[in-house]
Amino acid sequence: MIARASFLERYYLSRTGVVGLIILMLVIVMAVFGPILYPVDPWEMVARPLQWPSLGSENPLGSDVLGRDVLSGLVNGARVSLIIGISATAAAVTIGVTIGALAGYFRGFIDDVLMRITEVFQTIPNFLFVIVLVAVFRPSVFTISTAIAVVSWPAVARLVRGQFLTLRQRAFVESCVVIGMSTPRIIFTQILPNCMAPVIVTSSIMIATAILIEAGLSFLGLGDPNVMSWGAMIGFGRQSLRTAWYLTLIPGVAIQLTVLSISFVGEALNDALNPRL
Amino acid sequence: MTKRYLVRRAGQAIVVLVLIACINFLVLNLAPGDLVDVLAGESGVGDLAYLQALREQYGLDQPLYVQLVKYLLNLVQLNLGYSFRFNLPVRDLILMRLPATLLLMFTSLGIAFLGGVAFGVAAARAPRSIRDSVISTLAMLAYSTPLFWAGLMLIILFSVKIELLPSGGMQTINGPNDPYSVVVDIARHLVLPSLTLALFYMATYTRLMRASMLDTYSMDFVRTAKAKGLTPLGIAYRHVVPNSILPLISLFGVQLGSVLGGAVVVEVVFGWPGLGTLAFDALFQRDINLLMGILFLSSVLVIVVNFAIDLLYGWLDPRIEVEA
Amino acid sequence: MRPILEVRGLSIEAGSESRPIPIVQEVSFSVTAGSTLAIVGESGCGKSMTALSLMRILPEPGVRISAGEIRFDDEDLVTASEQRMQELRGNIISIIFQDPIASLNPIQTIGDQIIEVIRTHRSVSKREARSRAIELLRSVRLPDAERRINYYAHRLSGGMCQRVMIAMAMAGAPRVLIADEPTTALDTTVQAQVMALLRKAQTETGTAIILITHNLAAAAEAAENVAVMYAGRIIEHGPVRDIFLAPAHPYTKGLLGAIPDDADRDGDVAKLTEIPGNVPRPGTLPEGCAFEPRCKNSQARCRQERPDLFREGNRLVACFYPDSGTIAQ
Repeated sequence: MIARASFLERYYLSRTGVVGLIILMLVIVMAVFGPILYPVDPWEMVARPLQWPSLGSENPLGSDVLGRDVLSGLVNGARVSLIIGISATAAAVTIGVTIGALAGYFRGFIDDVLMRITEVFQTIPNFLFVIVLVAVFRPSVFTISTAIAVVSWPAVARLVRGQFLTLRQRAFVESCVVIGMSTPRIIFTQILPNCMAPVIVTSSIMIATAILIEAGLSFLGLGDPNVMSWGAMIGFGRQSLRTAWYLTLIPGVAIQLTVLSISFVGEALNDALNPRL
Repeated sequence: MTKRYLVRRAGQAIVVLVLIACINFLVLNLAPGDLVDVLAGESGVGDLAYLQALREQYGLDQPLYVQLVKYLLNLVQLNLGYSFRFNLPVRDLILMRLPATLLLMFTSLGIAFLGGVAFGVAAARAPRSIRDSVISTLAMLAYSTPLFWAGLMLIILFSVKIELLPSGGMQTINGPNDPYSVVVDIARHLVLPSLTLALFYMATYTRLMRASMLDTYSMDFVRTAKAKGLTPLGIAYRHVVPNSILPLISLFGVQLGSVLGGAVVVEVVFGWPGLGTLAFDALFQRDINLLMGILFLSSVLVIVVNFAIDLLYGWLDPRIEVEA
Repeated sequence: MRPILEVRGLSIEAGSESRPIPIVQEVSFSVTAGSTLAIVGESGCGKSMTALSLMRILPEPGVRISAGEIRFDDEDLVTASEQRMQELRGNIISIIFQDPIASLNPIQTIGDQIIEVIRTHRSVSKREARSRAIELLRSVRLPDAERRINYYAHRLSGGMCQRVMIAMAMAGAPRVLIADEPTTALDTTVQAQVMALLRKAQTETGTAIILITHNLAAAAEAAENVAVMYAGRIIEHGPVRDIFLAPAHPYTKGLLGAIPDDADRDGDVAKLTEIPGNVPRPGTLPEGCAFEPRCKNSQARCRQERPDLFREGNRLVACFYPDSGTIAQ
């Protein structure tokens, strides 16, 4: 109990971390409850096109070139960003932890092979590869998440491998080996829990990056055509850039704030989990 | 730097490249339709005989591993295939567009590096001050900004509201032709795209430089420098900065792949005629082969630059003695 | 003989201004030209902080001088301007540190670092500075100085790096040289060489040396006077022979008794005396005498009142019941 209380205390020491957490909570609430509380279909033409935002009206944030409601797009886009961000990261972490653990624990030949593979995926330019994968396998929330996971796992693998390499040689692990503890048990109960702190911090950064990648993809027209995402909104608004630049501004600010809040949370987590004495 | 090290690194690079090529091959095969459909870009290039000839050339009637070998052999001869959409060999297309992208990328990286170092030093010399907080927060903000959006906002600001800079392209059509005017014209067109691309990476460098300097400031030799009677400026620029810059140099190599991706988006936003816009066109014309070619060549670029950075780092840091 | 450096009532604290943690309290000592003062004590007693404060190179932010004077000639270094301190550092007052390899810039040649200190305080050409640097390296007996001047710190051993540090420190012919645990990180054979070098530098230039150490033997050999510190205060202070042969403060006695030495033989078995308990951490000092919880002489008065330094023969002791038998008033 004492340890947990001091983690929270350390977290709250970071003002930006607290601000980030609040903003993030708001985004999550908007993603979960928004479409329910504001059930306007983001794809439906509900208003005259290219109306500027005016808070009191039917379309508080205006309408786009096809008359679609901007606020609705905003609210629905939150879901897309968060779902893709979280699922891509979850997949990447799973793959990365597995590969990193195996490489770091068994070392030798297995390590060499796995590290070459990791190097390959780290060398190929990430965004280009994601574009290619999504283009080849047709865009959908699933393919986008998978593609992002495919380029993101190497960073986690390297991290976990490094941790395993160091921890593997520590006395407490050696003693488990000596008493005959099975390998999976050693990995899961002894070493892995000690790696979690940097993995958590890296994961938060990855969610932020995943959201940015997804936004880039939908801007380029490679987003899931069935969901309205913030990047896609910016893409649609491009043709009206000169006159209706609110169409570009609003979703962009949404992306920026979401990613910023996640970054702040990540930093605060890092400080809270690794207290510098 | 010995020959053995160079040979070893070259060997590793080749292994990686072969694996990348295999992945390319895999992706090409996993795409819906058979390889030649993909290679012909789903264009419905109707000449059956031609398609049949292609099938033979790529050995599609033969087992998979033979196909792979043929594909790899083709790659080694720098035969990246043919683009039916553009009616040019892929290799030529890429080489035509490469200089523009390189210009954009290296200008951006230069701005990012210099700016990042400057801001990082400014923040680290007065830790936890207002200056530091402002710089760190702005860096975070830049880090969270989608590149394409930043580009669009800059266009709104500098091309629409204040009509100072061109909003797209690399050169003004029908402008004056003398070398001086051309250089100035390209430079004017380069400003917004390179600033946009630099933004994100400048934020990364700022944060890294700041962290690196704060780390260096706590080291013993900095205390010695102070004990020798050096001014804070002298300590910062003669001892702390040179020791802090090394991590940034290795980051340079790691980031190159990411910068290429960012360049794609920035080029599309600004209509900059480089590999990025080429990839974008290839995307929508479903010219998968061209895309793969761009991907492969980018990977080669990343490996080459990484190798150069390693050499540079080894030369700069006297503690690194590459195994003899 | 007038002292070159005189410290009066120096106090150093850490922590925030509203909740300060005292690290060093009311420390006073002085050194005269050509002599050596040893400041001894265990880790954490505040001796290193005292040394750093003399040149005002305390780790910032967070640690600061809170009271006292450091009189150098007619100046008080506590209130001197930062610019004045920069003039003095590495020039009139120098310091060498405990870990010599880490104390050198890893990406500059040792020659460049010596040249740097020379050219900071004197306007000489690079070539002059370089030949002066070679001269200095020769004077600290660094073999093959002309070649080694282009080496980087990681290619030299700890002992050689410490010679370089001494060369750098002596470049300006300083009047005071502070040596903060100069031999702790070195092999025993090398330790003697470094101490000999310091002695040589002292006889050649008349530099006063303040030697910070926990090695009592080195202190006994090198210094004329010694100040023993405990928990941030000086608890015994005087001529080194007298104090080490007949320690008055129970702590000093305990420290000396902890040295393996045939003279302590009790019958056939040599006993090492052990001081029970632990050094109190800064900020957790008891009322009264800080050593009282561990002291075999302790009485009620020791718990209530903190002893100041009293004159006891030719030394100062901070104890109500020192081992010499006399009881302070």
